[in-house]
Amino acid sequence: MATASEVEGGVRNTSPGVRSFLRRNLGPDTDGYLFVLPSIVMVLCLIVYPFGLAVYFSMSDAFIGEPMEFIGLENFVYIFEEDDIFLLVIRNTILFAVISVVCKVVLGLLCALLLQRITHLKRFLRGAMLLPFVAPTALTTLGWWLILDPTYSHINWILQNTFPFTLFEIRDYQFLGEPTLALGSVIFVNIWRGLPFFIITILAGLMSIPDHLYEAADIDGASTWQKFWKITLPLLKPVLAIIILFSTIFTLADFNIVYVLTRGGPMNETHLFATYSFTLGILNHEVGLGAAISLFLFPMMVLFVIFLLRMVRRDSAYEL
Amino acid sequence: MNSSVSMTTGGGAAVAENKVPLWRRRKAMANYIALLPYLAFALFPFYIIFITSLKSKQEINNLGKSPFWTRGIEWENFTFLWTDTVFFEHWMINTFIVTTVSTIISVSIGILAAYALARLRFKGVEAFGVAVFITYLVPQTLLFLPLVDVINFIDDFIPIRDTYWSLILTYPTFLIPFVTWLLMGYFRTIPFEVEECAYLDGCTRLGALFRVVLPMAIPGIICAILFSYTLSWNEFLYSLVFIQDEHAKTVSVGVFTELIRGDIYFWGSLMAACMLGTVPIVILYGFLMDYYTSGLTQGAIK
Repeated sequence: MATASEVEGGVRNTSPGVRSFLRRNLGPDTDGYLFVLPSIVMVLCLIVYPFGLAVYFSMSDAFIGEPMEFIGLENFVYIFEEDDIFLLVIRNTILFAVISVVCKVVLGLLCALLLQRITHLKRFLRGAMLLPFVAPTALTTLGWWLILDPTYSHINWILQNTFPFTLFEIRDYQFLGEPTLALGSVIFVNIWRGLPFFIITILAGLMSIPDHLYEAADIDGASTWQKFWKITLPLLKPVLAIIILFSTIFTLADFNIVYVLTRGGPMNETHLFATYSFTLGILNHEVGLGAAISLFLFPMMVLFVIFLLRMVRRDSAYEL
Repeated sequence: MNSSVSMTTGGGAAVAENKVPLWRRRKAMANYIALLPYLAFALFPFYIIFITSLKSKQEINNLGKSPFWTRGIEWENFTFLWTDTVFFEHWMINTFIVTTVSTIISVSIGILAAYALARLRFKGVEAFGVAVFITYLVPQTLLFLPLVDVINFIDDFIPIRDTYWSLILTYPTFLIPFVTWLLMGYFRTIPFEVEECAYLDGCTRLGALFRVVLPMAIPGIICAILFSYTLSWNEFLYSLVFIQDEHAKTVSVGVFTELIRGDIYFWGSLMAACMLGTVPIVILYGFLMDYYTSGLTQGAIK
């Protein structure tokens, strides 16, 4: 660390040499490169290189235990033209992302507004609400699996043994056995897990809105409803955009909940990109096809990121 | 005190009174009542996992009886995990080792990168910042297939395949970008003047980082450690893909692949294992909840 002890600006007039040449061309803190070196090495070896490899796999007939050959875009053609499951995957992903994100925003906003208004038990309530987000997803989803199991289902038990429902003689629901119900169950558990993130972040956003805006609105005689639409919601927009961005990305790429609950079944009706790619690439050993499927995630996500970052930037420019 | 607090939360005209008016108290009660369904929703599966883990096989399979309560406390599920599986001696310990080591690696590397991003000026630093953000968004889903290949390649030189070392190697891929992103925000809040003083007193760059910046960023670092710990404890996909050896598995995957058996008697032990695998994280989080929420919101608000 030879240059480390120099204060910025204090060595501008030292004798010319390699150091000052570097400094002129690379900026005052050339030791910065050493600081970022470990992470760059890691990112190159374990993210950039594998990503390139995934692209290569997707254009090959890679199959575990066999030499692979370059086949161009054949995998993608196959996926689009012959693979019916892929259409299901796209349908599921869109339904999954849209329904769960919309529900999370609405429920999260409601809950955050309620949490903001209470005065007692604040810490306890927030802590309890955050639990689903903190606990290991695979394990808590196994809990949901028991709750939704056809034989042991707690929900079926309630429907068959508690008063208003007993009148209807409800049969056993196959929550994970019927396509629509299975997809609904998977979305439901995803909402359960992701909601706390929305609640806590929206709550923090609400706290950051200055009180004097509401006081001014009160003086002008605004109703609670008007205050919500004219103050709260516009000022929450940047926060909402960011959490929608994160949540959508992680929902699109979700694996744990679907795989633990249904493994993509029944009849491949609940597959998402991740679970389908896993099924093809790992379970069926068709690495090339699996990689091609998982790569479809990437353009979708890039578009989404660009779209949302734009939105955030426009909004913050407007606010400032 | 109550009235002054509820005033600021914006529920209509502000009247400073010592006595809380009845309508206001009713309104406050309504808030709590409206929160009840949320609370029930959030805690429901935890309760089911907990109560089922304490039941005997016979009781779980007695379908006529309410599944929401238990007749007595039975430890047979836990003793089963102890005697018939490697839950404690391997899965828990593996998870603990993987989580700890990958957290240490990621937070150390993340501190260096975040410091450079927040403070130092050199060519390409902005590009590096953007790269970190993008890598943060590349999901594991995209990487697990090629990473199998990478691990097999490394395995030719160092035997890491089918051991928890393959996880220690790969977990930093999702931890480092996150830690860097989080810590960058914390480092930016520390005034540069403090650091400047350290330089004037003859500190080296690393000296200033360790003696001045890090002590001031301790909340951020606790937060980064907590998040890395939680994320790697909860990780499922890599562990499922890279580990086949029963003795090298982590809790999430071991429970999922080894405890679900063909017969119908597995629910009790499965739920007991789920509970034990969740408890360490919940305890950790119980003590450090405020750090957790600050980290969670920091990224979105700032």
